[in-house]
Amino acid sequence: MGNEGGSAWVFGENIDTDQLAPGGTLKSGIEVIASHCLGALSPDFAKRVRLGDFVVGGRNFGIGSSREQAAQALCHLGVAAVIAPSFGGIFYRNALNFGLLALVCPDAGSISQGDQLSVNPEKGSVQNLTRDEEYSCDTVPSHLMEIVSAGGLVPYLEANRR
Amino acid sequence: MGSTLAEKLISHAAGKEAVRPGETVTVRVDLAMMHDSSGPRRIAPILERLGAEVWDPDKIVLVSDHWVPAVDPQSAEILDITRRWARANNIKAFYDMVGICHVVLPQGGHLKPGMFVVGGDSHSTTGGAFGCYMFGIGATDMAGVLVTGETWIRVPDTIRVEWHGKLRPGVCAKDINLALCARLGLGGAEYRTVEYTGSLVDAMDMEERMTLCNMAAELGAQAGLIAADETTCDWIRATGSDPGDASPWQSDDDADYYATHSFNADELEPQVAAPHSPANAAPASKHSGVHIDQAYIGACTGAKLADLRMAADVLGGRQVASGTRLLVAPASRKDMMAANAEGTLTKLMEAGAIMMPTGCGACAGFGGGVLAEDEVCISSTSRNFQGRMGAQSAKVYLGSPYAVAAAAVAGEIRDPREFLQGA
Ligand code: SF4
Repeated sequence: MGNEGGSAWVFGENIDTDQLAPGGTLKSGIEVIASHCLGALSPDFAKRVRLGDFVVGGRNFGIGSSREQAAQALCHLGVAAVIAPSFGGIFYRNALNFGLLALVCPDAGSISQGDQLSVNPEKGSVQNLTRDEEYSCDTVPSHLMEIVSAGGLVPYLEANRR
Repeated sequence: MGSTLAEKLISHAAGKEAVRPGETVTVRVDLAMMHDSSGPRRIAPILERLGAEVWDPDKIVLVSDHWVPAVDPQSAEILDITRRWARANNIKAFYDMVGICHVVLPQGGHLKPGMFVVGGDSHSTTGGAFGCYMFGIGATDMAGVLVTGETWIRVPDTIRVEWHGKLRPGVCAKDINLALCARLGLGGAEYRTVEYTGSLVDAMDMEERMTLCNMAAELGAQAGLIAADETTCDWIRATGSDPGDASPWQSDDDADYYATHSFNADELEPQVAAPHSPANAAPASKHSGVHIDQAYIGACTGAKLADLRMAADVLGGRQVASGTRLLVAPASRKDMMAANAEGTLTKLMEAGAIMMPTGCGACAGFGGGVLAEDEVCISSTSRNFQGRMGAQSAKVYLGSPYAVAAAAVAGEIRDPREFLQGA
């Protein structure tokens, strides 16, 4: 999955859920929330991010609130995976529940804005096509990978409950 | 090798003899708590899509606290959906506009040592003060719990945080939290469990223990835990509930911790965290003189009865400075009524406090009391992320209720001990 590659959008450490899904937008639907996603840091991000692109962060990506719109907004914008050395624990769960890959990658800091990436979550690798480098990332446990592959927890339950 | 409290609670919920950090297990859930923002409005469509019913309406606690009272038709709609869902699903433990979920939940006698509880909110770590395993999940995860009564968890390592010594007057659990954020870093626990122990924690009352566990969330912990003792059981009994036998729910002496940090509180000074991170904490005196537009006493973190009393200790017989406003949003109706009966509220109001509804209020920017561009606030809440309490350029400092009250009186940040007798 995601092997066709996409561009990296690079952010810093401690990207919090208020930056991903600002409190003032939470009454609204996901379209509005997503249009403000990371807007305080990169006003263009929501407009210019393409289907299949990657978000790369520093430590603690998604720290803060349990609001799953933080993960859902990235999904809605077409982000293929978030790559960071560590994640806020609730964000990590939320991401998988929306079918958004969250890859724990200690070398995420080697990735620069605009680098072309592709990922292989089963193998645990991130390819940097621009720099011709490969970084290892934690593999996603197989039963969680089933949830991601199904497109998230709801489609997964839908398929597996009856 | 023995087990930590976290491992015992999780293995019990998983129906296993023992679990070890790193393994992923399926656990049965004893109780699921959710609120108006992450609850029915997001969960109902999922249940509908799955054609599923809730697994056990008696194991669900629902609290309307985030969007209360409604400020516009959209927030009114969220509250209406919450009420209708509670009725349709026969949720008896529905607390509508009577306080903040993390405070209402224990006050309603719902938490007991040994339980495994999920909460649809990141500060669900608060519940760990009662010797149960409680952690925060998102709404889709919650929908999964509501349908199956189960969820999965990766067993975390435990970090042991010991506090010994005595807090000086004017210093409280909130200062410990801010000092820990500065020491371990925002998210420094990296989703491990933090267990608080030591003679100081043993001597703390339940409200201060709740404050301690509340900000395990800022440490990035999956859960914050304090083993139950007589203090815990007495408190639970006072709510009319039976705490059961707390004795099994203790870490073994030979348990394996990821790390142990030991601190002495004797020298701890009142802390204030600068914008935009709780980890920017330093002694309050370091920020002395920063002008304050709004002082806010609120949230599950900093507006319980004990917190209101701390504020009153500073505010009694004084006036809020002109050019500064003080907003107080008590954490629950119970706390507000108790504060009223004992005269604490009167002290706050006589000092010029503006009383706000019980609820999350301005804490996450949902309710009344949000900030204008460039305004400066000091708040007894838990996090000061950029834009959280209103405008993007607003600056929020975090402090204890003592520190917030002191800043309200002085119109600027001060060491609150300047305003306390004997401190
Ligand atoms: S008071 Fe603040 S921290 Fe507590 S539950 Fe409400 S929004 Fe969250």
